[in-house]
Amino acid sequence: MSIFQFLWFIVIAILFAGFLFFEGFDFGVGMATRFLANNDRERQTVLGAIAPHWDGNEVWLITAGGAMFASFPLWYASLFSGYYILLFLTLIALIFRGVSFEFVTHAENSFQRSLWLWSNFFGSLFSPFFLGMMFTSLIQGVPMDAQGNVWAGFNVVVNIFSVIGGLAVTYLSLIHGLHFLSLRTKNSLHNRAINMADKLYWLLYPILILFVVFSIFKTDFYEKHFFSSLLIVLIVVLLTLWGHLSIHFNHNGRAFFASGFSLVLIIAFIFNGLFPRVMISNNSKYDLLIKTASASKLTLEIMTGILVVLLPIVLIYFFWSYWVQRNRRSDSLSD
Amino acid sequence: MPVLLMSVLSLSRFQFAMTTLFHFLYVPLSIGTSLVVAIMETTYVFTKKEIYLKMTKFWSKVFLLSFAVGVVTGIIQEFQFGMNWSNYSRFMGDIFGAPLAIEALLAFFLESVMLGVWMFTWDTFKPSIHVIFIWLTWFASALSALWILAANAFMQHPVGFMINIKTGRARLTNFWSVLENPQLWREFPHVLFGAFTTGAMVIAGMAAFGLIWKQNHEFHMKSLRIALLVALLSSVATIAAGDLQTRYIINDQPMKFAATEAIYKDTSSPASWRLVALVDTKDKKVTESVDVPYLLSILSYHKLSGSVKGMDEINKELHAKYDKKFGKDMNYYVPVKTLFWSFRVMSGGGVFIVLICLLGLFFSRRKKNTLLKKKWLLWGLGFSTFLPFIVNSCGWLITEMGRYPWVVYGLQTVSDAVSPTSTVAGLLFTNIVYFLLFSFIGVFMFYYSRRVLQAGPDQADQNNEDDVYSSSSLKKGAYN
Repeated sequence: MSIFQFLWFIVIAILFAGFLFFEGFDFGVGMATRFLANNDRERQTVLGAIAPHWDGNEVWLITAGGAMFASFPLWYASLFSGYYILLFLTLIALIFRGVSFEFVTHAENSFQRSLWLWSNFFGSLFSPFFLGMMFTSLIQGVPMDAQGNVWAGFNVVVNIFSVIGGLAVTYLSLIHGLHFLSLRTKNSLHNRAINMADKLYWLLYPILILFVVFSIFKTDFYEKHFFSSLLIVLIVVLLTLWGHLSIHFNHNGRAFFASGFSLVLIIAFIFNGLFPRVMISNNSKYDLLIKTASASKLTLEIMTGILVVLLPIVLIYFFWSYWVQRNRRSDSLSD
Repeated sequence: MPVLLMSVLSLSRFQFAMTTLFHFLYVPLSIGTSLVVAIMETTYVFTKKEIYLKMTKFWSKVFLLSFAVGVVTGIIQEFQFGMNWSNYSRFMGDIFGAPLAIEALLAFFLESVMLGVWMFTWDTFKPSIHVIFIWLTWFASALSALWILAANAFMQHPVGFMINIKTGRARLTNFWSVLENPQLWREFPHVLFGAFTTGAMVIAGMAAFGLIWKQNHEFHMKSLRIALLVALLSSVATIAAGDLQTRYIINDQPMKFAATEAIYKDTSSPASWRLVALVDTKDKKVTESVDVPYLLSILSYHKLSGSVKGMDEINKELHAKYDKKFGKDMNYYVPVKTLFWSFRVMSGGGVFIVLICLLGLFFSRRKKNTLLKKKWLLWGLGFSTFLPFIVNSCGWLITEMGRYPWVVYGLQTVSDAVSPTSTVAGLLFTNIVYFLLFSFIGVFMFYYSRRVLQAGPDQADQNNEDDVYSSSSLKKGAYN
């Protein structure tokens, strides 16, 4: 494994982690339109908190996919064709969700408004669920042939562990979204977001414990990377406790970072466990490795150069856009 | 035939055609409308006249609708190479992935972040700063076209690679030549100017409907003139770039060119151009045709002489060249009728747009504006709202179907590119769902755009995006 191959494995992890951190609260805010907001007016106020940002956040996913295609074409080909139906459903969810932000502003009656608000809700609910399922399914090992084709049957994709994985990512996104709302709304919405997140944590503990327990039996992560896997799990637990305490004592910014980094660490857990593989085959002979799945040295070098130049610039204006639009939103009745 | 239609290959091809064509309705629309909107806001910055601000906000609604649909259907594009064409991705990934990743990193981030800033900071920045964000958005969307076309140009005319003998996969050897690809620098201007034309023509057409409906006269007349000017310049540039591209293809992909002209036997010199023709693809001949003498030589070589090679001869040459690698059973004839008619609709539509722009600008000239009396012209402009979409789609049909049987010209066939794991049942299901979903979204997109126009520019300020997402829309009756 060359240094560039290793670097790009990390880059892919960072891009997916960035996606979950940023789009994670987007999804959570979308879910909050039903769990937190009480009426359509509040729902649109809630969505307004992410309206300027959701599209930029989604680019993390597009970049992750594109970067995977560029740096590990064999991984991209196996993963995307292998999880065909799950990714298809994710796309449908993302499409319904994506158009709803714009279409809801054109709704001309309560039926159409409900239609697009529900689209946003279900899109925000199912996107993280399907993606969480996909990642939790692939770390259990999948039936692969020598050409890298994944022949994933129903049970490979849908099993107790993958459902728990989907649930964990979705639930954590919801809490993350509520934390974001506690930072970007005022008055009644702000207070309710804090209270709801505070309560929701009690269910997050059992979900995370189940996730860890199943990961012990269903993956070889602790066999291959005992200390690092354990360490990451430990940090997730501590982050969750910290997030819970923070939101309980109204340190909303801290809570937001805690939930965000919990999502980041789920990706870290997966990529750490995968290493040095990218896809785990039931027959370890056919494992797809970083070493063999990557693009050529030249492509990786060129991509590295481009990344080093562009990523800092992207990050600067990305964060600037949040800073420019840092004003809290409120609904006028409670002002 | 029905058995063939239900194969993994044909369903995958249908899905690719459907998703890309649907996506490409909105891409040029948003690139073009954002350009016109940016021009309008710039005019506002320099003239400080409120009407230009009103125009900016009003027409940006059409832009934002098309952008939303363009974004969500764009994600499909990136995913489907892996989902439906995994063997293609394995074979081509070393070269094809990089432009896609760069497109996201360089263009999509800039586009989406700047658009988000532009939409919601009307009160934060002064106009001369605010206008920068729409220009950046537009610039980024044009930039994304460059990168995705760099990837497409490689599929049309592969350069800067070698085939790794051990793995059988393509490997990048020269990134610079991938970017310098002569195909790219003919395709890109053609597509880009076509996109400007599309957006501008849609705004012009909608403004013409506004005039027909006797709405705010000054507003729509001014919008119409700005849009027509952009559409005229862009459509002329599109045709010029198209001419450049066609003359390149004569030598680079002769089969594609011969098929767009339905030429089976080598032509005489000078060659005449077939305006319309009855093509018999079974016996490989043209039964009836209306010809314009000299024109094909003029179009192909810009000369009064010169013959064009026919498909029968090209077929023989391709067999001689590729039989060793791909076998004798290959069929190198492309779908002739589709290409022949697509080309005529495309070029005819292009010329029609140029003419109607000229007429529109002439009759709406400042000194003597008689456009309102010319109902036929207003209806013609209104009809032209839809024309660019047909023209664009025809262009892509020629480019993509004319590459048959290759997915990467001369390197990999379409049938070798599909995912081995795909199933007919799965593809049938996804095709049906995509079709229903696209129809659903397309109908709402069309309906809402029409509603925007019906509501008129005086409503535009009130339904500001910023308001709808906060509370003030309550006061304005959005929650009746």
